[in-house]
Amino acid sequence: MAVIEIKQVAKNFGAFTALHSVDLTIADQEFMVLLGASGCGKTTLLRIIAGLETPTAGEVWIGGRRVDHLPPRERGIAMVFQNYAVFPHLTVFENIAFGLRMKKMDQAEVTRRVTRTAELMHIEQLLKRYSGELSGGQRQRVAVARALAMEPDVILMDEPLSNLDALLRLEMRAELKGVLAESNTTTIYVTHDQVEAMSLADRISVMNGGRIVQAANPVEVYRNPAARFVGSFIGNPPMNFLTATPVGPGKWQVAGQTYDGPHAQAAEFAVRPEDLHPADHGLPAEVRVVEPLGPHTLVTTTVAGQPFRAVLESTLMPRPGDVIHLAPVPDRIRWFDPATQTALC
Amino acid sequence: MPRLLPYLLLLPATAFLCLFFLYPFVQVAHDSVMRGGVYTLENFTRMAGHWKFSTAFWNTMLLAAVVVPVQLAMALTMASIVTKLQRGRSSILYIFAIPLGISDLAAGLIWLSVFEQSGFLNSLLVGLGVVDRPILLLGYQNTWVIFIAIALAEVWRATAIMMVILVAGMGLIPKEYGEAADVFGASRWQKFRRVTLPMLKPSLQTALILRVILAFEVFAVVVALGGTQLPVLMSETYHWQFAMQERGVAAAYAMVILAVSVAFTILILRLLHVPKGARV
Repeated sequence: MAVIEIKQVAKNFGAFTALHSVDLTIADQEFMVLLGASGCGKTTLLRIIAGLETPTAGEVWIGGRRVDHLPPRERGIAMVFQNYAVFPHLTVFENIAFGLRMKKMDQAEVTRRVTRTAELMHIEQLLKRYSGELSGGQRQRVAVARALAMEPDVILMDEPLSNLDALLRLEMRAELKGVLAESNTTTIYVTHDQVEAMSLADRISVMNGGRIVQAANPVEVYRNPAARFVGSFIGNPPMNFLTATPVGPGKWQVAGQTYDGPHAQAAEFAVRPEDLHPADHGLPAEVRVVEPLGPHTLVTTTVAGQPFRAVLESTLMPRPGDVIHLAPVPDRIRWFDPATQTALC
Repeated sequence: MPRLLPYLLLLPATAFLCLFFLYPFVQVAHDSVMRGGVYTLENFTRMAGHWKFSTAFWNTMLLAAVVVPVQLAMALTMASIVTKLQRGRSSILYIFAIPLGISDLAAGLIWLSVFEQSGFLNSLLVGLGVVDRPILLLGYQNTWVIFIAIALAEVWRATAIMMVILVAGMGLIPKEYGEAADVFGASRWQKFRRVTLPMLKPSLQTALILRVILAFEVFAVVVALGGTQLPVLMSETYHWQFAMQERGVAAAYAMVILAVSVAFTILILRLLHVPKGARV
């Protein structure tokens, strides 16, 4: 049982604030992904949980125990590093056994655990090799096996797939999800790759500028971004934003069209590219670029002078220069406060 | 032409080394087996037959056996501390490196001024009332004091070179390995023993080979502090060459020093060998 509680954790590096008072609770056996661009503080937060970095303020609790003053080895965690950190002077077997040896576990148990996790990660034939003789993907497997062999309460992963090529990343992603689901551990996984985040997470914490902007399940984060940043960061292509002018209580005019919206002073209209379809009446869009992608066609347009993208059926082939009308699915329209950049209901 | 250029550029240095190192070396090797115009092993039998040979041999070995491990332990400790420093690191490295800039004879003389009858140590002992009058520390009655003085001077003089090599080596170990060791439960000592030390092997090799070879060639410090009280291989070489005018025996001594150096170099390379796949 390992619930992780992060209470008002802040971290400064000199004058630079990497984390502004972050609060986050991660449930037992939950797969939490920390997602954000580089420099958003996600790795710093992970390293604080690991004990590799000391928070400037705040508390970290793991399994009901306050751990922020404890060294990493007393926190009941295991970690997978971005560059694997597979020890070059040890064989694969001894790498996986490293943590168990530190605990002075008896040889029979070490062998049992190493064999089991090696089989799980399909590297049982590599146990006698050194890391210099392994490919990047194999090293990654060793790093994961080393973490799993500890049978930890918590596994921390720092961009574990970012050094693998695209195809291998896809394969490892699916495998990691399966393996970690069976391991009954709480997982915190740092990535800048939104697809990885969406596919792996029970919950995603989207981070920006040292703050958690939204922590919710992937569908919720995708459909109902709590902030403009989340909409623009998640989704490929990202969410479209258009300026809106109020024309009555709860009525907003966007590029000549009127939509029902929030009762507010000012608002920005937003819709995802795939929530649009061509119609007789809709947002007038001047086509700039047409990219047929196979299953669908990505159309880049301008609406009232603002960039606007739509994902349309592949049978539709507008040409650059055409003006098409795009109608948003009504219940998919979102509104943001231009001042605070947060979602309006 | 561009293919030959590197060789051309290396030629002067290579020629220099051949002329001033390889040629004299061959000549010394030749001298060691030549006596009275005939090839013979008599130089070696004369050397080995002299009563000072085994004393000089074992003194040299014992000095190396005491000095090098002490230096290794100190250099490792100092390098570990220096590596962890956030600031002031280079200043401390410079301070530690000062003895490196002093010639070994000067180093011997500095320690002589500590240990001689009118030296600092005697002044201190008399000043504190431990002894009534200055005592003869470096006399023939207690060669063990001479030995300790030489060992101290050597440690003081040449630990920094090892430390500098080890600091550079530690800097090459990526930080993630230490962090992985922390996360996977290693204590500070276990991390040093199981991660830092094995990954430091290439630097340890360099530092040890350098120090061991220099330890077998110890000379000026020994002469300054012990005169002829504590014969070592190098001082005997000098003695046979210049005092006895026995060029052949001196050459034989030189060959013994060479043989010991080569043997230990091979031993160190073997012991600290890193298999190909296990390199960083």
